[in-house]
Amino acid sequence: MARLTIPERELMHSGHAGCPGCGAALAMRYLLKGLGEDVVVALPACCWTVIGTPFPTTVLDVGILDTAFETTGAAMSGLRAAADALGMTDVTVVGWAGDGGTADIGLQALSGMLERRTDGIYVMYDNEAYMNTGIQRSGATPEGAWTTTTPVAAKSRGKSEPKKDIMGIVAAHYPAYAATLNVAFPEDYLKKVQKARDIKGPRFLHVLAPCPPGWRFPPEKMVALGRLATDSNVFPLYEIEGGKYKITRKLGTPKPIAEYLKLQGRFAHMTPEEVAASQAGVDARWKRLLALEALG
Amino acid sequence: MVQAVISGNYAQAYAAKLARTQVVAAYPITPQTTIIEKIAEFVASGQMDAQYVKVESEHSAMAACISASALGARTYTASSSQGLLLMHELLHWASGARAPIVMGIANRSVAPPLSIWTDHKDTISQRDTGWIQMYAESGQEVIDSVLVAFRVAEHEDVLLPAMVAEDAFYLTHTYEPVDIPTQDQVDRFLPPRKPSSGFRPGLANRYGTFIGPELHMEFQRKVAEGMERVPRVFREAEEEYERITGRNHGGPMPTYRTEDADAVLVTMGTAATTARSVVDVLRKHGKKVGLAKIRVFRPWPVPEVRALGADVDRIGVLDRSFTFGASGAAHTEFAAAMYGSPHRPLVRDFVAGLGGRDLTPPMFTQMFESLLSSEKEEVSWVGLKRRPEVTVRG
Repeated sequence: MARLTIPERELMHSGHAGCPGCGAALAMRYLLKGLGEDVVVALPACCWTVIGTPFPTTVLDVGILDTAFETTGAAMSGLRAAADALGMTDVTVVGWAGDGGTADIGLQALSGMLERRTDGIYVMYDNEAYMNTGIQRSGATPEGAWTTTTPVAAKSRGKSEPKKDIMGIVAAHYPAYAATLNVAFPEDYLKKVQKARDIKGPRFLHVLAPCPPGWRFPPEKMVALGRLATDSNVFPLYEIEGGKYKITRKLGTPKPIAEYLKLQGRFAHMTPEEVAASQAGVDARWKRLLALEALG
Repeated sequence: MVQAVISGNYAQAYAAKLARTQVVAAYPITPQTTIIEKIAEFVASGQMDAQYVKVESEHSAMAACISASALGARTYTASSSQGLLLMHELLHWASGARAPIVMGIANRSVAPPLSIWTDHKDTISQRDTGWIQMYAESGQEVIDSVLVAFRVAEHEDVLLPAMVAEDAFYLTHTYEPVDIPTQDQVDRFLPPRKPSSGFRPGLANRYGTFIGPELHMEFQRKVAEGMERVPRVFREAEEEYERITGRNHGGPMPTYRTEDADAVLVTMGTAATTARSVVDVLRKHGKKVGLAKIRVFRPWPVPEVRALGADVDRIGVLDRSFTFGASGAAHTEFAAAMYGSPHRPLVRDFVAGLGGRDLTPPMFTQMFESLLSSEKEEVSWVGLKRRPEVTVRG
């Protein structure tokens, strides 16, 4: 009989206000299964502001501090300082922010938190656009994607710039631990959360959270699409510990990116040439990741 | 009690230390820097047992202070000018989150043109953020006001943040004798903060979550009620402080020789020192003039203002900042408080001392004489150069 590796205890309850098939909802559920309840969470403006339900209700059995959009990293430093000053030394300080709140408007506060070596776990759940405000492009939106601010029209082919490499930015701060996680791979997800929990210092988790309404795919395909993101090398799973890279899922033959793209309405306009260019970008990034891993 | 010769900025730092501040998060800006340098020295030498978060901006300083305060830590920061303006979003957040942070402010003008010198544009621009605002005249007032500010801000009937402002250089960098209370005195005055009731590990709660139109207004009203209770809590705190230290700076708007005055000038910050000496000189010449000093700008001291206005026919308000398209903020507030009173004095506005321009005794003499002789209602800019002489340095 297979051993159940996902903790049974739930700290997130039914009744959340996310969309059907929301990757970000699953991401929080797994995170809290891995961390337990002795946490304080800084939560800026993001989808989870809404998913977590309005006053006076909450869907989570933990303490959440809502904070301003661009302040997650700084709020974490304040929480850590206060927890230490008040003798709550065992509490895990968590920041939980979206890709816009992290890679764009919150980048300075994230950099500050990492550089200050704040003892805490920063989680960026990445749905690759400003989804809470209605699908506007962010720095984390991939090249080619349709969004409401990167339309597909006579003079526009979706987003014309590549996705920002947030893990590269984080790695440049020498974090105690950094990893990519995907809600479609729960065992790998929990393993990394639990590993992060037991490390001291600044930790960063980059979580892929597929978004059915924003990416234009049916909610029931969320996990299948999430698996394709990793298995096509679009979103590789790896960790950085003590500066060393380790890829945690490697297929002998990755799936072509075309399979991943064709499931999503946001890429429906792409020509075979554009798909080929996208494949070349994925291959180049994968090669670079293998080289980083080989550095040991 | 120890008497020491210290700067206004050091008075801020000593107060933060004596208050047993638990978390400091701060970012440097001239002329606030010596506050946070002194605190760094206190922490590094073990004289102050605080977590000191060296943030990468003022915005992050205030964000860190809010989260630290929300978890229940006694929290202090300091800023000035552009830095205070960068915090603006989070100043609203601090009062809405009922975080009783105390912040020292070195009052400095706002660019452009770039200026590191004093006026009140930075703090006046924050008057609607829900912070208690106090202005100090001396190093002694700084240290005493910061300690009182902690007690008022953390009082369960208030739970609002407070800023204690001091004029750039005139006070921040001027060394003068200051009575520093003993740790025992401060411990008696300022007990440890009560634990946070709304946010802590293990408590399933969201602190500061979004609220629909059905309740948002009620939360705004709660902040308003906290501010409405400040005058009473402030008075009680100052009385208690006086019992312990023997010092009381005279409430939110102390007055000087106003009893039989024909004209009174209302000032904020260090301007009061020069103005007071001019009052004495003019009194010797038989001119019945007096002085009022606004120590607490928020909440605006309406009863004190009305009491002053009830006995005096001519009041001049000196604003060390200007609200473009209206008049100076203190003037507007003073005139508004007098409207509806049985006795309505002339309330004139003098704008002076912007961007560090010295406020000299002749300027105060000019203001008093103008006030005694002229009924004109428009704003008077005092000391303005009509044809500025500019020297180009080669």
